[in-house]
Amino acid sequence: MVDLTDGRGRVRRRAGVRLWLSGLWLGLLVVVALLAPWIAPKDPLAQDLFLGRLPPFWVAGSEPGYWLGTDSLGRDVLSRIMHGARIALLVALIAGTVTGLLGATLGLLAGFLRGWVDVVISRMIDIWMAFPPVLFSILLIAVLGPGLTSIIIAIVVIDWTRFARVIRAEAMAQGAMDYVASSRVAGRGRLGTMVEEILPNVLPTIVVLLTLEMGIAVIVEAILSFVNLSISTDDPTWGGMIAEGRSAIHQSWWVLVFPLATLFLTVLSFSQLGEGLKDRFDPVLR
Amino acid sequence: MQLLRTFLMRLATTAVTLAGVAIIVFFVIRVVPGNPIAMMLPPGATEADVARLTALYGLDKSIPSQFLIWVQGVLGGDFGTSITTRQPVLDLVLGRLPATLELSIMALVIAVILGGAAALIGTRGRGTRREGAIDVANGMALSVPDFLWGLILILLFGVLWPVFHISGRVTPSLELPFTTGFYLFESLARLRFDLWLDIVSHMLLPALALCIPLAAIIGQLLKQSLKETMHLDYVTLSRTKGYGENHVILREALPNAVLPTLTLVGVQFTFLIGGTVIIERLFSYEGLGNLAIDAVINRDLPLIQGIVLLFAAIFTGVNLLVDLTYAALNPRLRHG
Repeated sequence: MVDLTDGRGRVRRRAGVRLWLSGLWLGLLVVVALLAPWIAPKDPLAQDLFLGRLPPFWVAGSEPGYWLGTDSLGRDVLSRIMHGARIALLVALIAGTVTGLLGATLGLLAGFLRGWVDVVISRMIDIWMAFPPVLFSILLIAVLGPGLTSIIIAIVVIDWTRFARVIRAEAMAQGAMDYVASSRVAGRGRLGTMVEEILPNVLPTIVVLLTLEMGIAVIVEAILSFVNLSISTDDPTWGGMIAEGRSAIHQSWWVLVFPLATLFLTVLSFSQLGEGLKDRFDPVLR
Repeated sequence: MQLLRTFLMRLATTAVTLAGVAIIVFFVIRVVPGNPIAMMLPPGATEADVARLTALYGLDKSIPSQFLIWVQGVLGGDFGTSITTRQPVLDLVLGRLPATLELSIMALVIAVILGGAAALIGTRGRGTRREGAIDVANGMALSVPDFLWGLILILLFGVLWPVFHISGRVTPSLELPFTTGFYLFESLARLRFDLWLDIVSHMLLPALALCIPLAAIIGQLLKQSLKETMHLDYVTLSRTKGYGENHVILREALPNAVLPTLTLVGVQFTFLIGGTVIIERLFSYEGLGNLAIDAVINRDLPLIQGIVLLFAAIFTGVNLLVDLTYAALNPRLRHG
């Protein structure tokens, strides 16, 4: 009988393992993404119809050098995954950060200033929540035209509410506390109090949300590539590979399995990292 | 009285939200580059043809006056005509709505069953390995979105062990001239159990993919509320009366622990409905979501507007319903 809930050490240890494993995978991914042009075994765009649909190395009929097989156009799956990591991480980093900045700022303003600012921002959040997010993102890409910048803009425009909702509630709770009142009494202005007193207290939450948002950004990019609205169809994206793998699933399972596994581990890692950080920051658990 | 006031307030905010959605969609999609009219005419069409058809769809007027015309139509039940299929938008959308509703409700039911079972099993085995295993499974299920679960299910049960269908809604050779869009219910009502089984085996994987994250949330939250309730005095009392653990959990703790989960399920259900867009695409399921993606790709402006507005109406409607249920169930709100 192992008590997982009351033994504090146990929870911490599990959180620690979670943090390390997800950190390890994401770190590996960053290295691969940075070095992809030098360490990828093949050119990710090179087509060779004679080498189409080669299976991975341990299956009969594989070719040496094509470790994870090739797709229907003879492009190397491993190299495409490695180059796809560049796009996925770029989107995660930029879209996540910008979304966090915008959403957290609006949430802070709404939660701390209250009044008409809160009314306007809250009403906007309500309207945003009434949109199906996937449809909204596809719509935005159709408007903005495909491309990396469009994807990032679409993620920011749709997901700022994730930050705004949570940070608004936290800022509201913090705003009611005594230390905020005493900061005001000590003569600090409203904005000064917000930035110097409230912000440091909601920062851990922002970091957690940011980590989770990066995972979401990776998924959104994959979904948009999947419906063929991401970047140009030639560029190696995990979502694009998955779309191709899905359509040829009975002929070449590896075209779907390997990018899917990579995407799965990446999304899982971002989310476990976020959850692990949440436990770390949680004063009750600490 | 209080309840009525809450209801009217919520109704008003819902109306504002829907109006906001309508305005945003209308103006956003009119910035879309590419003339949808030019796309639907054959290559040999003259300038005059394009102009004539543009006028027919009212796309030659200014955007604000297009909006006014559209709003007038919508209030009178006319959502315009689809540019690609040339059918009324309302007919197209209502034709696809049952498929999406059936899928969402099936997913909701499975989520409640799976999540409820996980919570009960976890509570029954408090502090054992079993609870730990359920926590880990819940965490995994929550970390990964429906899109990835869908792909994994396709691999597992469509390819590795092909027991379920991975595309479509019904095997075409079996398809009857259904009179309603609710295939699942209609096949049951007609006592066509072979057909019903076929439809279920098409719907099961997309429904599972949609429900996994929701099931995990239900499992987590319900388990937590149950755990808190299990420490309350009245539960201890019933235990000292000699009732068994199962009776204590199901009869004493569950009714009091279920309310927070209920409100959360409502909100999360809207996320599930939003997930149908990509899941239907993934499983080539002929519902609203698939129609929506096609509409965006084809630049079918009236159709996009209609679908987004319908989705928004469903979302806000579900939220409204949840709030009212909560207000009605919560005695503190009821007596103001």
